[in-house]
Amino acid sequence: MSDRIMGGIGLALAAFYIWAATIIPESFMADVVGPATFPIIIGVIIAICSVWFILRPDPDPVWPSLNRLAEIGFAIAVCLLYAILLPKLGFLICTALAAGYMSWRLGGTPVGAVLTGIGLSVGIWVVFKLVLGLSLAVGPLGI
Amino acid sequence: MEFLSSLGVGFDAALTFSNLGIALIGAFLGTMMGALPGLGPANGVAILIPIAFSIGLGPLPSLILMTSVYYGAMYGGRISSILLNIPGDEPAMMTCLDGYPMARKGMAGEALSLSGIASFIGAIFATIGLALLAPQLVKIALLFGPAEYFALFTIAFATLGGISSTNQAKAAFAAAVGLAIAMIGVDTQTGVQRFTFGEVHLFDGIDFLIAIVGLFALSEVFIFLEHRGSGDHKEQGITSIGRVLAPWSMIRSCIPTFGRSTVIGFLAGVLPGAGASLGSFLSYSVEKQIVDPTGKTFGKGDPRGVAAPEVGNNAAAGGALVPMLALGVPGSGTTAVLLAVLLSLNITPGPLLFSQNPDVVWGLIAALFIANVMLLILNIPLVGLFSRVLLVPVHILMPLVAMVSFVGIYGISGSSFDLILMVIFGVVGWLFRKLDIPLVPVILGILLGNEMEVNLRRAMTLSDGDWLTLVGSPLSITLWALAIIGFVAPMIFGRKVKRAIAEESDEIAVGD
Repeated sequence: MSDRIMGGIGLALAAFYIWAATIIPESFMADVVGPATFPIIIGVIIAICSVWFILRPDPDPVWPSLNRLAEIGFAIAVCLLYAILLPKLGFLICTALAAGYMSWRLGGTPVGAVLTGIGLSVGIWVVFKLVLGLSLAVGPLGI
Repeated sequence: MEFLSSLGVGFDAALTFSNLGIALIGAFLGTMMGALPGLGPANGVAILIPIAFSIGLGPLPSLILMTSVYYGAMYGGRISSILLNIPGDEPAMMTCLDGYPMARKGMAGEALSLSGIASFIGAIFATIGLALLAPQLVKIALLFGPAEYFALFTIAFATLGGISSTNQAKAAFAAAVGLAIAMIGVDTQTGVQRFTFGEVHLFDGIDFLIAIVGLFALSEVFIFLEHRGSGDHKEQGITSIGRVLAPWSMIRSCIPTFGRSTVIGFLAGVLPGAGASLGSFLSYSVEKQIVDPTGKTFGKGDPRGVAAPEVGNNAAAGGALVPMLALGVPGSGTTAVLLAVLLSLNITPGPLLFSQNPDVVWGLIAALFIANVMLLILNIPLVGLFSRVLLVPVHILMPLVAMVSFVGIYGISGSSFDLILMVIFGVVGWLFRKLDIPLVPVILGILLGNEMEVNLRRAMTLSDGDWLTLVGSPLSITLWALAIIGFVAPMIFGRKVKRAIAEESDEIAVGD
């Protein structure tokens, strides 16, 4: 069943992709093939494979239970929040929070998770910012 | 010999104090990444590319760092195989079969040092093979025109699913998705925007580093979250190591094994679609057929059963670099990631690389030799230290992986958009893994997509729009035939090979 759903999504994606390829604007520098042909070929391949998934699906994988799925959902949300808030709150704060959360959810004790979060954040900051000179997001604290 | 003088140039460039330091760091990091279950060579290199890129390492130092990590991970994979009966990465699976029983017999130290030596021998001879074979392949590649290149890229995609792939539709799907992503951004031929829908961040296309780090590293974090609590393998503790050197008699008894397995592994590496896993599998099976056909000692802690797969997978790792360097077409997941390293350094592998940037090619090959010697020196005495790494708990390791991934990607462009994109790739990577859709073709599609299209369009322009030009020369017809065979063969043999591998690994459980 999972494969069939994937096939359905794949078909929709392929249709969208091929449509998007047909609206690629004309250029004055056109060559024989043009900018749309190769993408359309790719879209067709995606569509063929998707149909195959629907016709000949593999056995279902073992999907995690609902609360496990929610767990992954929350982790994804945390990652997205991290991506959005990083420029505003800066590297140290964001990383401590995100790493702490993950550490807690991966089986660390609450106290251990807080320490892991802070430790990783400061550790990465020292190694990458101070030693390697990488630019990390600057937060309200000015570091 | 021409090859020796070229190699001399390479060593000249590579043997500086700072490069040796970088090789040491890379070898150390690589061994740790290989040893940790869940962090394979592809992941390790993927996380490090954006970082090497952001801190502004030059081409040769970056290459040295990445190849040391790559070879290091191949070395490291054996440590958890032997001590915990859990392969640190996929190619190290076969090492469990005899490595763990040896450890149970109290010979963990011997098994580790023997496999360290085996790794060294496999890798050194494969590197020599690479230095000899790649220039020959280049001579053939120089005959290629755009149509042949287009066919060659098709071979890469057709064979990437690998001989053990059971569902070729999924491999093809993955490759097409990767190609589709590569099309996003400005069309290099005409300058029009494709699939960007006015989003400024997409105008330059999606950086393949974002896709690689998201698909490989971040999705691993989600996998760990999913399996938390079920089957935590750290409980059984680590077997004590004992002596750190294998006795000479044991090494001597393995010398014929070294020879056979090097050849088998190297060939498996060179062939597209085979790679290190198959190299170690074939080496082990052939060795078993030759020295122990009745199954008396193999699987019960025979040193030769430890040596064969380790030689095999390291030789294959070297062999896989041949098509990657000479043709620009990688034969395995990790070499696809190494191709990404080269591309991000503005180095395009392929026949021209050998004539235009011989210093890079030979510097890289010299780097492989250096990395190997470093690894042998590091691995024999420090194996106790590396085995401690296995004790790092998941709830510290995985947040570290995630955060370092974010740091690397943020370092490239400093934009939230790229980070969000990486998270999306992480989710897609997790879904694809659940559905058994391979990730490597996606990466390869993103890496090679534009090059493939350019060659198609160049060929078509030359022929004035005649599609038959794609099969217009004996060379291209041969390449197409190979692509078709490569794609169809797994449908016939895939299940068989997979079953054979599964049967062998089942014996781990049975013999336990």
